[in-house]
Amino acid sequence: METLRVLVVDDETGMRLAVARVLNTYTVRPDESEEHAVSFAVDTAETGEAALEMMADSAPDILLLDMKLPGMSGLDVLREIRERRIETLTVMITAYATLETAIEATKRGAHDFLPKPFTPEDLRVAIRRVVRHLAVQREARRLAEEKRQVRFQFISVLGHELKAPLAAVEGYLQILKDGSAGNDPAVVARLVDRALVRTEGMRKLIVDLLNMTRIESGQKRRDLVAADLRDAAAAAIETVASAAAARGIAIRLDAPERAPLVADRGELDIIFNNLVSNAVKYNRDRGRVTITVDRADGLWRVRVSDTGIGLAPDDAQRLFQDFVRIKNEQTRMIPGTGLGLAIVKKLAHLYGGDASVESEPGVGSTFTVTLKG
Amino acid sequence: MTAEPTAPHILLVDDDEDFLYQHRVQLEHAGYRVTTATSRAEAEALAADVGPDLAILDLMMEQHDDGFVLSHHLKRLRPGLPVILVTAVTAETGLSFSPTSGAERAWVGADALLAKPIRFEQLKREVERLLRDRH
Repeated sequence: METLRVLVVDDETGMRLAVARVLNTYTVRPDESEEHAVSFAVDTAETGEAALEMMADSAPDILLLDMKLPGMSGLDVLREIRERRIETLTVMITAYATLETAIEATKRGAHDFLPKPFTPEDLRVAIRRVVRHLAVQREARRLAEEKRQVRFQFISVLGHELKAPLAAVEGYLQILKDGSAGNDPAVVARLVDRALVRTEGMRKLIVDLLNMTRIESGQKRRDLVAADLRDAAAAAIETVASAAAARGIAIRLDAPERAPLVADRGELDIIFNNLVSNAVKYNRDRGRVTITVDRADGLWRVRVSDTGIGLAPDDAQRLFQDFVRIKNEQTRMIPGTGLGLAIVKKLAHLYGGDASVESEPGVGSTFTVTLKG
Repeated sequence: MTAEPTAPHILLVDDDEDFLYQHRVQLEHAGYRVTTATSRAEAEALAADVGPDLAILDLMMEQHDDGFVLSHHLKRLRPGLPVILVTAVTAETGLSFSPTSGAERAWVGADALLAKPIRFEQLKREVERLLRDRH
């Protein structure tokens, strides 16, 4: 049970007592649920000055404010509330609500009006509306805050992911500058190579990041054309061919002669390049990669299987999240941004499909992406 | 430069491949023998064979306190072994702790603590100082 604080400001004693009596025994269920019930604790003030003094300590959730008061008027109180940035929802009580005063009060931040004279039921209806509004406002704030936290989290992880390679490159440059590793050409060449490997990793991370931002913002201009999944797969194989050959990894493509799909070719390339390069990277030497394209349940289904290190079930669950890389002795030396599969999954969603993985540690993994079309 | 077989032997442990390589080549160039390990487990398996004269350990590897734990284990194995702990913790949390008194050193389990990014000159000075004090 939640209790909202209500402050009633009216110079008529009878009015203050009547409002308090009604609300002290009233309960609202804003979302019709049994668990969430709202009751009220009522405070009263005779004048605007007294009300402001009470609000200086702590603001009520709801303010029932008479327009016509001795001393400062209801409108004056509204202005003060706004100036002092007091957070409360105000319902104006008024006997002669002219259009002008209503507009003026709304301008100054009044949320609603309750015309005098009102019945207990009128009061309850007005209060119910305010409570619903408060609930919606709170939910919106909660969601906004959640989104903010997710964004901070992402930026913080991204910062670390960029800092690590930057520190490594700085280290290599420093060693080259001060000659603290001597001048053996083999050593110097290795220092330069490693620095380049780390800058390349940074560049890939930034490319992935830009791709992901474009997909998520929905602002990327998508160039939807008659594409073909077989062509996209063949292009991805071409890209990894030399790396695969160097480690004796055989790649097989099992796809129909034509696998047409209206798609953005750049997006298909991202999907296939990520899956196929992972299948090579995380494979064993002289392993196999099999790419299968077929139709299942009215969708195109792309499966990329490898004979590599595989994944534990817990790791498989997390694999498609941003920046998740499975850290262990086997993956330590394999470069990656931790964004590739997150991007693949987001792209699959754009095509009305999904991405998933089945894996057995030490045996291999099969990544499946479905695409509608 | 190939170090003399009698040169002091340093055990260097960090899960960051670049950190390991950078410090290995610099320490070797400075005349030390260097053995590297990328995890606490690997370092513990190596330690008895290597018989290091000094250890340089990253604080945070797989576990956040791997460096502390490894330091205690190595010192039990080779009493008096000087240990330098290297950590990025201070830079990232804004905490700073440097063991100066004997009591603090005992608590940290290390003889010196350096914050990443470390300058090699500084590391070299600490290595020289600790090896000198040991003899």
